[in-house]
Amino acid sequence: MNDTVEIAVDVRDAIKRYGDFTALQKISLGIRDNEFFTLLGPSGCGKTTLLRMIAGFEDVTEGGIYLFGDEIKTLPPHKRPVNTVFQNYALFPHMTVLENVGFGLEMKGSSRKDAAKRAGEMLDLVQLSQFAKRKPAQLSGGQQQRVALARALAPSPKVLLLDEPLSALDLKLRKAMQIELKHIQRETGITFIFVTHDQEEALTMSDRIAVMSAGELQQLGAPRDIYEHPRNMFVADFIGDTNLLEVSVDKITDGRAQCHIGGGHELICDAVDGVSVGASVHLSVRPERLVLSDQASDGNSLKGTVTENIYIGTDISTMLDLEGGPKITVRTSNTERGNKRLIEPGSPAFVNMEAGAARLLVD
Amino acid sequence: MAGGAASGGSAASDTYKEARHWLLMPSWLVLGFFVFAPVCVMVIYSFLTKEFRGGVIWEPTLAAYDQFFFDRGLFGDSDPTLQWTYIEIFWRSIWQAGLATIMSLLIGFPTAYFIATRPDGTRALWVFLITIPYWVNLLIRTVSMKFLLRDEGPMNDALLNIGLIGEPLQIINTNLAVQLGLFYSYLPFMVLPIYASIERYNFTMSEAAADLYATKFTTLRRIVLPAVKPGVIAGCILVFVPSLGAFLAPDLLGGAKNFMIGSLIEEQFKGNAGNWPFGAAASMILLSMVLVLLLIFAQQQRRAGAAT
Ligand SMILES: Nc1ncnc2c1ncn2[C@@H]1O[C@H](COP(=O)(O)OP(=O)(O)O)[C@@H](O)[C@H]1O
Ligand SMILES: [Mg+2]
Repeated sequence: MNDTVEIAVDVRDAIKRYGDFTALQKISLGIRDNEFFTLLGPSGCGKTTLLRMIAGFEDVTEGGIYLFGDEIKTLPPHKRPVNTVFQNYALFPHMTVLENVGFGLEMKGSSRKDAAKRAGEMLDLVQLSQFAKRKPAQLSGGQQQRVALARALAPSPKVLLLDEPLSALDLKLRKAMQIELKHIQRETGITFIFVTHDQEEALTMSDRIAVMSAGELQQLGAPRDIYEHPRNMFVADFIGDTNLLEVSVDKITDGRAQCHIGGGHELICDAVDGVSVGASVHLSVRPERLVLSDQASDGNSLKGTVTENIYIGTDISTMLDLEGGPKITVRTSNTERGNKRLIEPGSPAFVNMEAGAARLLVD
Repeated sequence: MAGGAASGGSAASDTYKEARHWLLMPSWLVLGFFVFAPVCVMVIYSFLTKEFRGGVIWEPTLAAYDQFFFDRGLFGDSDPTLQWTYIEIFWRSIWQAGLATIMSLLIGFPTAYFIATRPDGTRALWVFLITIPYWVNLLIRTVSMKFLLRDEGPMNDALLNIGLIGEPLQIINTNLAVQLGLFYSYLPFMVLPIYASIERYNFTMSEAAADLYATKFTTLRRIVLPAVKPGVIAGCILVFVPSLGAFLAPDLLGGAKNFMIGSLIEEQFKGNAGNWPFGAAASMILLSMVLVLLLIFAQQQRRAGAAT
């Protein structure tokens, strides 16, 4: 990691147990100052638990949590300079929108007047000024969500924690809010730690993503890094669509691995550490990195039969049975295909791929 | 929030409105027989002339109310002056009931909070434990209390033995004894409604407050209390109102000089010394006072609700 970037939140070997059940197993990650950081993983993998440990609502069973170098695991929540946007918003029903947003400032010692002024500015930021006098119950879900955001941002926390804040919104609103959140994060320069189980949301918004599964960190990296170089089966499978093929490695030369898949198809791809000759591992290749053709190419080329074409708006997804058994999916964008005819189901076809498209996985 | 609930209620279709009259019949019958009719009887009796061996003579008079408020001398022929005896009894009752209510609130709120924050499945047990003493008749409980508080009672004995006090505390036959008695008589009426509203409270709001730098105490004051206010108010009413008219605790624990409205009214209907119209009038005055208090309170609630 680069020495010049400051680490905002440093989680070191953190373990969380509920009785016999271990919710988090020795998680270590450094979240950089000013970054949009996402915790991504399926439901129940421990994202909320980790976030609540940073906020101070859950004890850390073992390990430590540091905020800009200071150990915070023994500080009560009201003494930690982090704020949270709760999944169900947790707005105070008896207070107006303005009072809700000003609450944190007031608690930090601002006068009521100053708190109201700053709260007004925050409401401007989330475009809710005209609703300042309303009670939360008189707002739509999307508006409540923005109030929760304004309330958490108002005291200018060093780190903002967001637990699936968009999950209750409908698709269109969610997309709009994704952009708005990203925008606000850039504008305020506050470190965001965002929790989601939606990989597409994570890829769109984040500077870096931590992929979690069953209480363990699977991979940490930039969206592109994670998408293109998944470290293991779980990550490859969880992020985006992919073809997972069983392969045997025959030979490794000059960083290239020569292998074959079921049906005897030969393939060449980049070797990775931890995969040696004779190993039986998996190979991941994204459908959009494959090219469908009626002719074989010079490089990797797999012969098969088209079974189905599925139209999905911008793309066509074509499924094939390769000779000797394995199935594979190819995704072709409609612009790229141009006027070329689709290859009809039942017709033979070649699936061509460049060597860098496929990735061997250490399970 | 109040607005939302009201608009939800008005959405009933015509079919439901028609059926409503019939479905509400049982409630109207109960209210009529057990509330409206007895109150009418009381109103009427309070304006009748007293019969010396109890009962009434059917001759309308204001004598009962006159006796309550005015003093006309021993033979009833002096100029009327304001009569303080009964007003003082009323005042003392309000004071005693008020202190008992505050005591119940101070003990009842933490108790309710404690129960409501126990893990799922164990809460019912705690509620059950709270109610156990109340399976015993109120009279027996009050008498036991008298024995506990006596100068030679176990409480004083214990305090003397551990050397905390040099001589017995004189509690029995004091105002404090009455307050303790009332407190003990009606504590569950405070605990249960508060418990119900704390159980409904969404504790994520407390987390949100802590997250926004509020201390535990501020969270309690600014977030929890406003949210559970209806339960607190219900509890206070449920303790204050019966305490105001109670007669067992004042009689048994307070002695002669700590007389309360309940005992005054009770005496008017007991034995030959009674005066039914006067008892009815005193009850009416008590009832009106409680009603006025409740109306003021309801008015304030409505105003607070309308301000949203
Ligand atoms: N208070 C708790 N007691 C016991 N187990 C819990 C508790 N909170 C969470 N868990 C368990 O910890 C795991 C992780 O939960 P959580 O962090 O909420 O997951 P996520 O937010 O990723 O969906 C889950 O298996 C959940 O059942
Ligand atoms: Mg969660």
